[in-house]
Amino acid sequence: MPAKRRVAQLAMLAFAVAIVMFAYANVGLAIDQKIPAGMLGYGLGLGGLMLVAYLVLAKFAPWADPLILPLVTLINGLGLVMIYRLEEVKAFGASASTQLMWTAVGVVMFTVTLIVLRDHRALQRLTYTSGALGLFLLISPLLPLIGVSQNGARIWIGIPGLGQLQPAEFAKLALIVFFAGYLVAKRDVLALAGRRLLFIDLPRARDLGPILIVWGLSLGVLILQKDLGSSLLIFGTFIAMLYVATQRTSWVLIGILLFIGGAVVAGTIFDHVYARWEVFLDPENQAFYDRELGGSRQLMQGLFSMATGKILGTGLGQGHPDLIPLAISDFIFPAIGEELGLTGLMALLMLYALLVERGLRTSLAARDPFSKLLAGGLSFILAWQVFIIVGGVTNLIPLTGLVTPFMSQGGSALLANWILIALLVRTSDTARQPPPQAIQDEGMTQVFQR
Amino acid sequence: MNGPLKRVAIACLLMFGLLMFNVNYLQAVKADKLSADSRNDRNFYNRYEVERGRITAGDKVLAESVDTGVNKDFRFERRYPGGKVYAPITGFFAPESERDMERAENGLLNGSSADLLIRRGIDLFSGKKTKGANVDLTIDPKAQEAAYEALSASGKKGALVAIEPKTGAIRAMVSVPSYDPNPLAKPNKADVNRAYNKLDKNADKPLVNRAIERTYPPGSTFKVVTMAAYLESDDSLGPQSQIDAPQVLDLPNTTHDLPNYAGAACGAGRVTLSFALEKSCNTPFGKMAMDLGYDALQKQSEKFGIGGEPLSIPLAVAGSRLRGDEDLDADKAALAQTAIGQRSNQMTPLQMAMIAAGIANNGVVMKPYLVNKVADAEGNEIESADPEELSTAVSEETAAKLKEMMVNVVDIGTAGAAKVPGVTVGGKTGTAETADGRDPHAWFISFAPAEDPKIAVALIVESGSAGGEATGGHTAAPIAKSVMEAVLRR
Repeated sequence: MPAKRRVAQLAMLAFAVAIVMFAYANVGLAIDQKIPAGMLGYGLGLGGLMLVAYLVLAKFAPWADPLILPLVTLINGLGLVMIYRLEEVKAFGASASTQLMWTAVGVVMFTVTLIVLRDHRALQRLTYTSGALGLFLLISPLLPLIGVSQNGARIWIGIPGLGQLQPAEFAKLALIVFFAGYLVAKRDVLALAGRRLLFIDLPRARDLGPILIVWGLSLGVLILQKDLGSSLLIFGTFIAMLYVATQRTSWVLIGILLFIGGAVVAGTIFDHVYARWEVFLDPENQAFYDRELGGSRQLMQGLFSMATGKILGTGLGQGHPDLIPLAISDFIFPAIGEELGLTGLMALLMLYALLVERGLRTSLAARDPFSKLLAGGLSFILAWQVFIIVGGVTNLIPLTGLVTPFMSQGGSALLANWILIALLVRTSDTARQPPPQAIQDEGMTQVFQR
Repeated sequence: MNGPLKRVAIACLLMFGLLMFNVNYLQAVKADKLSADSRNDRNFYNRYEVERGRITAGDKVLAESVDTGVNKDFRFERRYPGGKVYAPITGFFAPESERDMERAENGLLNGSSADLLIRRGIDLFSGKKTKGANVDLTIDPKAQEAAYEALSASGKKGALVAIEPKTGAIRAMVSVPSYDPNPLAKPNKADVNRAYNKLDKNADKPLVNRAIERTYPPGSTFKVVTMAAYLESDDSLGPQSQIDAPQVLDLPNTTHDLPNYAGAACGAGRVTLSFALEKSCNTPFGKMAMDLGYDALQKQSEKFGIGGEPLSIPLAVAGSRLRGDEDLDADKAALAQTAIGQRSNQMTPLQMAMIAAGIANNGVVMKPYLVNKVADAEGNEIESADPEELSTAVSEETAAKLKEMMVNVVDIGTAGAAKVPGVTVGGKTGTAETADGRDPHAWFISFAPAEDPKIAVALIVESGSAGGEATGGHTAAPIAKSVMEAVLRR
């Protein structure tokens, strides 16, 4: 029977905050030869935030996996430190205080989600509402007046007085809820076997509708918004969830074929897509390096940064991560690699892997199909997003822009990902609580229990 | 659903595995090659992170790294208090490369050399940043500055090398026009490139160290080598031995003759060897070479270091050569011209200084060098100069005879301008015709004091002879004199 492990969670949380503060002091000592002036404020701020998150979690989701919150805290904190470090050398756009503010808002959203959403299964009733919301959020940057085009991609909406928002980050949550609800309802039909080809049972032709629709949607995002990353993110997550729901390998194969087809067509038609492919094959090429749009300069600068860091890194504050264009967003991973080295990156990837693994464990432990699909989808999208962006900046796969979850500077992504974690924690709480005792334990607080 | 979920979990693990594998490949396997890329500006920044060692000449600092503040992108800036006077020796530390002494001793100056392994080990444990080693040169600032001043005062291009004959230590090495290395060491690639290109395109070629990177026809200064070969061929010959000195030497198989300078007579047709050198007659030396043959002249040249292994002092020295592609065995006319330092005969000023030093040092040519000693930042000696014989050019007896004759050149010959009161100076003037019809170069080689040589000097003033054999002695000899005085007056 799972234990609550609340003390362990608090200890790990304190440890995560301590590591972040240590890194923070390290930056100050390396750059200014003194402990940063605002260190106490930052420390108390982050520590206080996490204490609140911990207390809310302990009260409203006591059975939740104890590792998830400390892991996220550490990743988020390291991101903050790197942004602070970049701000210290006046890297373009870097603002640690803004990021800390958004972290605070993120934690508030986390707690609000936990408090308001007492049972995530309520979301199942909102399946189609979620689908519509997700779709609306996805296309909202294309709408006149609020849509904003930036750096060649139209993925922002402007809200007067508030600044800009990246709705795709929220759309991915809504779409996962929709996929989970929809697939629970339709999985029996979608799992029906059609013709058998070699060793694979093909689905029936008439059931191809949903996958074709999502494929079309992804292509739409790619073509209309030039957002390769989100397109790949949504399509891949849908395929993974479809596979989990139906157990049919054929869906994965069809998905891969559709992806290749879409990629080839997009690459043939759109120069900016083909440019990514060219750059992937030969990033060191001087001609690509010098190309203004869709060139390899940023990628190469990221690779130089990592190569300079080598195994142990230069040490925080002692490298030149500010030489990478936009190191605060898509390229924060190589920036970490320069100063913390291979050692730091392995640890960081391990943190993400652990987080994803805890999420998938929640999915395995969940008792109803909707919870399984929801937790599975949320965990997978996290892993998939890390793979796409980290693989991109390390030239393992062609580079498509995405934020590094919890690290890159940016409010929308931070907010959406903290909500994602809240959903995961909520699911985990339900999955881990022992059914009979749970009702007795929680007694009168179970107001929203069905 | 748990079956496919587990497979998805494995897929996620595989994705992270791939990412980790790739990061390992980038940061452990490919890192060195990738980080060395010229487009990686970190290499440029890192150059300014180390406190490079000083380059000094005794008490005088020629190059130093100045701490501009901890927070600066370029913490240590390189300065050259010696400026133009020492630029051909120090070179400079540019954003992406370095030159001359800065390049030759780069590993020691920036602390990366294997010789500093122990120092780096100690610094690692005591938590200090390793500073580069300090390089002390053999240059005598007084001689160097006197030489630069005198040579620049001529208003011409030129070069001078002064060597301590007994050790080979280079006490002065000047090339004019020179350049200010300071703007070339600024941590700004664009500015430095602009400044460099401007210097590089300058028709006077200030970036070229004329003392070692360029060769010139040595003219009459080369006659000491021909004389050395002649004396070595027969022990009974001496300064007072007689030799034919016609007004014009008939060159076989050509329509040309070899006249004396300006077609003048040389004595009464038969003169002493000493007289021939004092007056720098051409015909006796042409005759000597034709009698000796190419082989003997070539062997003698080689013993003075001409045409041997390229020298590294540790700056790279251009090779001097006796001939081009003509066959001096068969072409006696060319041989006669070569013997008086013309035709394809090409010498660096350093080579001519080595010849003067070798004669002064009783026939033994010492290997020239510029680095006196290297010590780490704490003052512990890492290496120090160990004078080395390059070769024995002539016997002690021959050297004595040559010295005597060269002293006569200064005392009663063409080089009166090189006289230093109270000191016996030996020397030889030269006026080298250039092929392209410009004014001839004025040469002078010398040593002093003859009894116990402390200094040997060779210098050239490009197109420094407006006319008359005397101009070699007139223009160049006083410059040598000021350098010798600077060294001896202490």
